[in-house]
Amino acid sequence: MQQIFMPLNSATRRLPVWAVYLLGVLPFVWLVVQLFTGQLGVDPVKAIEHALGLYGLYFLVGGLAITPARKFLGLNLIKYRRAIGVLSFFYVATHLAVWLVLDIQLRWGEIWDDILKRPYITIGMLSFLALLPLALTSNNASVRKLGSQAWRNLHKLTYVAVPLGAVHYIMIVKGWQIEPLLWLGAILVLLFLRRFR
Amino acid sequence: GAAHAKGQYAVEGIDEVNSLEDITSYNNFYEFGTGKGDPAQYAHALTTDPWTVKIDGLVDNPGDYDLADILANVDIEERIYRFRCVEAWSMVIPWNGFELRQLLERAGVQSSAKYVAFETLVRPEEMHGQRSPILDWPYREGLRLDEAMNPLTLMATGLYGEDLPNQNGAPLRLVVPWKYGFKSIKSIVRITLTDTQPETSWNMQNPREYGFYSNVNPEVSHPRWSQASERKIGGFFASRQDTLMFNGYGEYVADMYADMDLSAEF
Repeated sequence: MQQIFMPLNSATRRLPVWAVYLLGVLPFVWLVVQLFTGQLGVDPVKAIEHALGLYGLYFLVGGLAITPARKFLGLNLIKYRRAIGVLSFFYVATHLAVWLVLDIQLRWGEIWDDILKRPYITIGMLSFLALLPLALTSNNASVRKLGSQAWRNLHKLTYVAVPLGAVHYIMIVKGWQIEPLLWLGAILVLLFLRRFR
Repeated sequence: GAAHAKGQYAVEGIDEVNSLEDITSYNNFYEFGTGKGDPAQYAHALTTDPWTVKIDGLVDNPGDYDLADILANVDIEERIYRFRCVEAWSMVIPWNGFELRQLLERAGVQSSAKYVAFETLVRPEEMHGQRSPILDWPYREGLRLDEAMNPLTLMATGLYGEDLPNQNGAPLRLVVPWKYGFKSIKSIVRITLTDTQPETSWNMQNPREYGFYSNVNPEVSHPRWSQASERKIGGFFASRQDTLMFNGYGEYVADMYADMDLSAEF
């Protein structure tokens, strides 16, 4: 199995990290293009809000997959993990910003009520708050300042934030739809795989 | 006429009428799928001619009424109403239609009748959404008799002066502007006068979230979201506005609920 990924590993060694950032913002650019060419329907705000949330989830799951991919497949993408994490936060943060500014339109009374009283929003906010310190410490200076053990412990918050994001997705759709449940299932599998050395 | 009707039922905040594209491409009509764009994509499969409406129950003149016969005996007019969805968005829609009471009077409502029940067509070969059990088909709705006889309660047959597009509930749908949109049942094939409160689809599916009355009420939250405000559909900078009690139609309808606790009977 590990041999299959050997050529891929040497190929990725040549792909610079900045290229991953560049590729990672393409979905965002595509949304903006669709917006300005009127391809998002009559309610573009909802379309953007949902798309950004989904992209955030995809990158979070991608970040979570890197360690098991190395352990079980021999695929080494570790040098892109920070980029993937930062990109996931970019999408989650813009998703939240679209909700605050374009959807609920800074009606703080209603925002506060929603955060306290609507479980899916409460859970979404908890997920965001768990990701915030990780985004803020995604730089070498923070690793040095915290020490690598403390930094690594802090970043175990992803194990909480990512499943919460999937639960937020499950709760917002009508009824029990299969896709968000599959995402939560995949996340739980990726977390479970960490138990094996 | 149109001008008369507009003046008669003027409400706050109805400035810009939504475009035909807004109204015909963003629909909840689960008979054609659960996505907002599904009805526009699939509703063309529905045959709307011939069309008959069965009127039965506590009426003097029960029977199958042909659509053309119904339309020949009512006054069609334009009504510009705000349409407030339970999902907290709204549109302003220029309907064409007639007052439901005209049809009910023709059918001869008996004095023992207290409610009106409505049913949508069941035809899974043309309405593919009906092949999955998202709701217990047929779609059912109901009104108390006084609500049904209120002059605001419209049977819509058109939009912008044209025949009603299939995705909007052709050829005949209810429009009850002070209630959440799901009360305004589409593609009606049966109207039953009854003395007991009829079963209604969303109430059957989730009674905690959807009441029989479902009057627009900014003070009663949906369990999963607030109803205090709504986004007016229409582009990227669609504004959010305060939701008004009875969707702004209180002066015409509030009397009917004077003795009720609207947070309990929501």
